[in-house]
Amino acid sequence: MDTQKLQTMLQDVFRDVFDNNTIVIDRNTSADDIGEWDSFNHVRLIIAAEEAFNVSLSTADVADLRNVGELIDLIARHTNNQN
Amino acid sequence: MKKQEWYNLSWLPAAPDDFLQRCSGLQSNDAAALQALAMHALSDIQLHKLSKQCEAFSEVPKGLQPLKLGIIGNANSDFLKAALKSSALRHGLWLDVEMGSMGQTVVAVLDPNSNIAAFKPDVVVLALTWQIWSQTILVGHEKEAVAAIENLENDIRLMADTLKKQDTTFIIQTMPQAPISLFGSLDRRVVGTLRRLIDDYNAMVWASGLPVIDVAALAELVGLATWHDAGQWHWAKLPFSQNLIPLYADHVTRTLGALRGRSRKCLVLDLDNTLWGGVIGDDGVEGISLGQGSPRGEAHLAIQHMALALRERGILLAVCSKNEDATARLPFVDHPEQILKESHIAVFQANWKDKASNLEAIAKALDLTPDALVFLDDNPAEREMVRRELPAVAVPEVPDTEPALWPQILSAAGYFEAVSFMESDMARAGQYVANVKRKSLKVESRNIDDYLAAMAMEMKITSFGPNVRPRVAQLINRSNQYNLTSRRYTENQVEAIENDPAAFCFSARLQDRFGDNGIISVVICKEVDNEWYIDTWLMSCRVLGRRVEHTLLNYIATEARAAGKNTLKGHYIATAKNGLVKEHYKNLGFKSTEAKTSDESFWHLDLESFTPFDAPIVLTSQELQKKKA
Repeated sequence: MDTQKLQTMLQDVFRDVFDNNTIVIDRNTSADDIGEWDSFNHVRLIIAAEEAFNVSLSTADVADLRNVGELIDLIARHTNNQN
Repeated sequence: MKKQEWYNLSWLPAAPDDFLQRCSGLQSNDAAALQALAMHALSDIQLHKLSKQCEAFSEVPKGLQPLKLGIIGNANSDFLKAALKSSALRHGLWLDVEMGSMGQTVVAVLDPNSNIAAFKPDVVVLALTWQIWSQTILVGHEKEAVAAIENLENDIRLMADTLKKQDTTFIIQTMPQAPISLFGSLDRRVVGTLRRLIDDYNAMVWASGLPVIDVAALAELVGLATWHDAGQWHWAKLPFSQNLIPLYADHVTRTLGALRGRSRKCLVLDLDNTLWGGVIGDDGVEGISLGQGSPRGEAHLAIQHMALALRERGILLAVCSKNEDATARLPFVDHPEQILKESHIAVFQANWKDKASNLEAIAKALDLTPDALVFLDDNPAEREMVRRELPAVAVPEVPDTEPALWPQILSAAGYFEAVSFMESDMARAGQYVANVKRKSLKVESRNIDDYLAAMAMEMKITSFGPNVRPRVAQLINRSNQYNLTSRRYTENQVEAIENDPAAFCFSARLQDRFGDNGIISVVICKEVDNEWYIDTWLMSCRVLGRRVEHTLLNYIATEARAAGKNTLKGHYIATAKNGLVKEHYKNLGFKSTEAKTSDESFWHLDLESFTPFDAPIVLTSQELQKKKA
């Protein structure tokens, strides 16, 4: 899956989790940009992303993520490994 | 349904595709719509969305009981809050939830300044997981291991005493087993191993006499490998795998509902293909599947055993079936394997009226409201109709081809959750039977046109042909109830009719949004004295009340006119089993000609003045047209 398509799918996950259909993400989007992106919703977000992309992310990896770009790269690594 | 996931809310219908839009469109005073949305198998995200909608309600919605719930324990419960709030709607509760700080239990209860104490909860739940102990430290240290449980017991007693004074109900969760062993099979024999500690803790919980939510049993049902997620624990202190939150929340809130008297009180059973396999009116007592000897018969027997066991603990049983009353009672009287008897049934409704109206009558007769009923039926169209007309009735989704799963699905749904059991409960079901008149109740039918229109019914007319001939012959020889003349033909005779130029015959298939019902009708018309004489007209009772007969008549009339006929002639030949269709032709606008006897009657329809019925079924007949062309 190319990262652009992945970003679009991930945006849907963001919209679901934060219950906000106006959220637009790019690689630089971080917790500072989305008001409700606290540690609680971060967990919900990662788990929803795991389900949406059918990947299993290591807790060590997801704890260190700083922005959407890093999350996209992480998911991309996992989905590419599967193929 | 995936067989391995039947435990996970499979009894609730799937959420509608437009769930999120419906949530957003909710009026802030429409409690019924809010509750209706909760009655689906919702994901965690959907439960979050619904709980947000709840915030728009400024006061407790009508029909819901307010309840303030505090949760204390050693894990992170924040993730449960929204799911609990939304799941509680299913069980008639308007929940306010407050979570204690992680790891605080006794302090949260005893310290008047804690957020839990300040919240003044109606109910406090203590939720502990195995991670309160380190894994190996107590192995072989009997004193310390015993003390570990005793300390917890003292804490629980202290909390229970304090909460009792505040008139707060204290509920303890049992602790799911750990997914890790130390020795292997030996663990539970060695004091101080994790498994033994958990066993000892749970034994202490049961012995306490306090109300319990048996989360250990839930985790066993799901399977410990699925229940636990070590990664999620280390990362976010989730007490169990996050995707089980909806299931857990339903279990907790159903127990709270039981505390508030919201559990269901009566199980209403369909008969054909529910209590036994097959259709009693067509297959007869000898022909239905019930009892030892066939997997299907055993599966239906297991359903009866489950119903009888529920009755023993005080749940009322009722019957709601589309059948002739006398026919429906036959297996109760004559079938050797039938373990449910008429005396077990508080209300016995077997008639041809819609089931929602019958369920209303049952509730009324038992002095119950519809929200006390559970209705078990194999037919998805009936289930959907009842849900639509009586949303308060619980109607479990069950896989109609696998009755073996029904007892466990019904059990997992927890409709009859109880927080106590006394001897007096056992007598209850019997008392009701004495109170209710044993004759069946009169029922007024309701208008279900809107429902029928929403079913997206499509009828396909096909000529007999070799593909459908065996099924056509089977129907001709098996159908007893919706069968006007009960004429029986062999497969060879059916073939001869197909090829007879003076005969017009077809079979009809019905599809709806639940799937394909297969061939549900067979009609044979024969040209006699320049009229079409309806030699055979039969239908499956499964599609009764859907205006199938109107659609069929429209079609027959069209074809008869095209063949240059002015009249249809109907014939009713009475048998012991087809009283249902005595008025069939009258209801379709035919005029009675010739003298009626109790054995038979003749009917005429004038095609020149016939106006086709407006029926909510789309008709296609490609195959026949092809044949003519």
